[in-house]
Amino acid sequence: MSEPRPLLSVRGLTKVFEARSGMPGRRGTHVRAVDDVSFDIAPGETLGIVGESGSGKSTTAYCVLRLVEPTSGRVEFDGTDITALGGGDLRKARRQMQIVFQDPYSSLDPRMRVRTVVSEPLRVHGIGDRASRRRRVDELLELVGLSPSAADRFPHEFSGGQRQRVGIARALALEPKLVVCDEPVSALDVSVQAQILNLLKDLQDELDLTYLFISHDLAVIRTVSDRIAVMRHGKVVETARADALFASPGHEYTQELLSAIPVPDPREMNRRRDAKLEARR
Amino acid sequence: MALLEVRDLRTSFSTRRGVVRAVDGVSFEVEQGRTLGIVGESGCGKSVTALSLMRLLPPSASIEGGTVTFDGRDLATLGRRDLESLRGSAIGMVFQDPMTSLNPANSIGAQIVETIRRHEPVGRKDADRRARELLEEVQIPRAAERLRDYPHQFSGGMRQRVMIAIAIACRPKLLIADEPTTALDVTVQDQILGLLDELRRSHEMAMVLITHDMGVIAGVAHDVIVMYAGQVVEQAPTLELFDRAEHPYTEALLRALPRIDAADARHGRLEAIAGRPPELIDPLPGCRFAPRCAYASLDACATTPQALRVIRPGHLVRTSHPASERPA
Repeated sequence: MSEPRPLLSVRGLTKVFEARSGMPGRRGTHVRAVDDVSFDIAPGETLGIVGESGSGKSTTAYCVLRLVEPTSGRVEFDGTDITALGGGDLRKARRQMQIVFQDPYSSLDPRMRVRTVVSEPLRVHGIGDRASRRRRVDELLELVGLSPSAADRFPHEFSGGQRQRVGIARALALEPKLVVCDEPVSALDVSVQAQILNLLKDLQDELDLTYLFISHDLAVIRTVSDRIAVMRHGKVVETARADALFASPGHEYTQELLSAIPVPDPREMNRRRDAKLEARR
Repeated sequence: MALLEVRDLRTSFSTRRGVVRAVDGVSFEVEQGRTLGIVGESGCGKSVTALSLMRLLPPSASIEGGTVTFDGRDLATLGRRDLESLRGSAIGMVFQDPMTSLNPANSIGAQIVETIRRHEPVGRKDADRRARELLEEVQIPRAAERLRDYPHQFSGGMRQRVMIAIAIACRPKLLIADEPTTALDVTVQDQILGLLDELRRSHEMAMVLITHDMGVIAGVAHDVIVMYAGQVVEQAPTLELFDRAEHPYTEALLRALPRIDAADARHGRLEAIAGRPPELIDPLPGCRFAPRCAYASLDACATTPQALRVIRPGHLVRTSHPASERPA
């Protein structure tokens, strides 16, 4: 079976931040936030990137979108190396790649009504006229499970889950092929989290979306991902199909993560505690 | 008599839009050496319950009723000074964000020593020695050196260990931990939860652990209360709760969780709970979960007040439709 051409292909992606020391006479240090990261995502696939804070998972996502300029490496989107693009070509490429942030409230302008928030990408890219943009916003709101009346309200009038729906509607406005989801449910309560995860899955099926899904939460990552990359200290330590990763984690760090995540099963938690006590003897 | 007994606790906030009944008739008890987990989603009243126990509420909040009996003393009638001397000595507290609870301008050692000397008549030297022992007890490497360090020189996990050291400095009988690991990475969380459990055992403390995470509950709590919209909706020993959840909300909450042990989770859907928790300004007279409940007969459930009742020994539930009474 021949593999389809990946929609996104990342090779040797590296981002070095220069941290100034802030003290005169002292040299700054280099932080390799993303260190030689490579992966592919096939059309319609979800690649999950999981890692703890400082693992470089979000910086990787920002480099893919060039919201952060990578230091080196290639990011090929649909066959085009976007690290080499500038100006108009980059803008065109970006229409195909959108992002959903963790906290939709801080990523939304509080003075803008939902209609303005959702239609902004259309205006920025000069798509349609007022009337057609209006129709498109209504359509998008319906798509994410909000009523059209939401358009005339302000973000602060919504609950966290509804705000995330607004964030998703905005990300979908330009009909992107790739959506980067950066901790999209981390700020949400469990019951709402499930609604948003289901919505993201439904939208993927309906619109043929490809996801790069970033999360610190292994259970969330498992629910959405076809394949999972585990990151630590800027490096991908392991990439595997989701079920395989959980059934037989290859890397020691993946094992450590899996045995640290609390599961809603008191017997399993007791087993782990006994195993730990045993190991210490 | 239990170490901590809370009866019909009621705490309200006055807001511009009206009175918010954040905690509305909460009762529970905790025995010495046991851990009670309080679980629920944002706004369910779990943290306000914890803060009410210690009367650490913001000015807009007031305790409207109920009793809190700790070690035979009624905390509600205790004077400010007595209450303050109880906080940090017989009752220790750990919060989510250690950075806001530590003084950035003082060394860790000074802050531990200050806590000890505020509550006990010990000399400087003895207090210093105890501070070092405490850092060792919370497993901070190179304890003697680290006493001189300032909060910003510690990682998040290490800062939480320092907070725990301060909380247990005066050998409390009760430790109240409010989302103590929510801001931490999973591997660090695992260590901190292990440490708290170990200290609970070695100090024979009771612990009240507030969390939104059912996994954390499964790992450390002996007993659990599930809160929804300011009320306890279910209470049971931990194993019983996970094996035989009775309240439709508890069941729905457990089913809504993404699981790491779910095979082919990718192609399934989570069982989300439709809607969201009610406003607590003018709550329904009946079951507050009724509008989101799969079993409710809306009119009857939403209008008939529901009492917390015993469904099996040690297992209490507040619903007309507990799992074991539903037609199959």
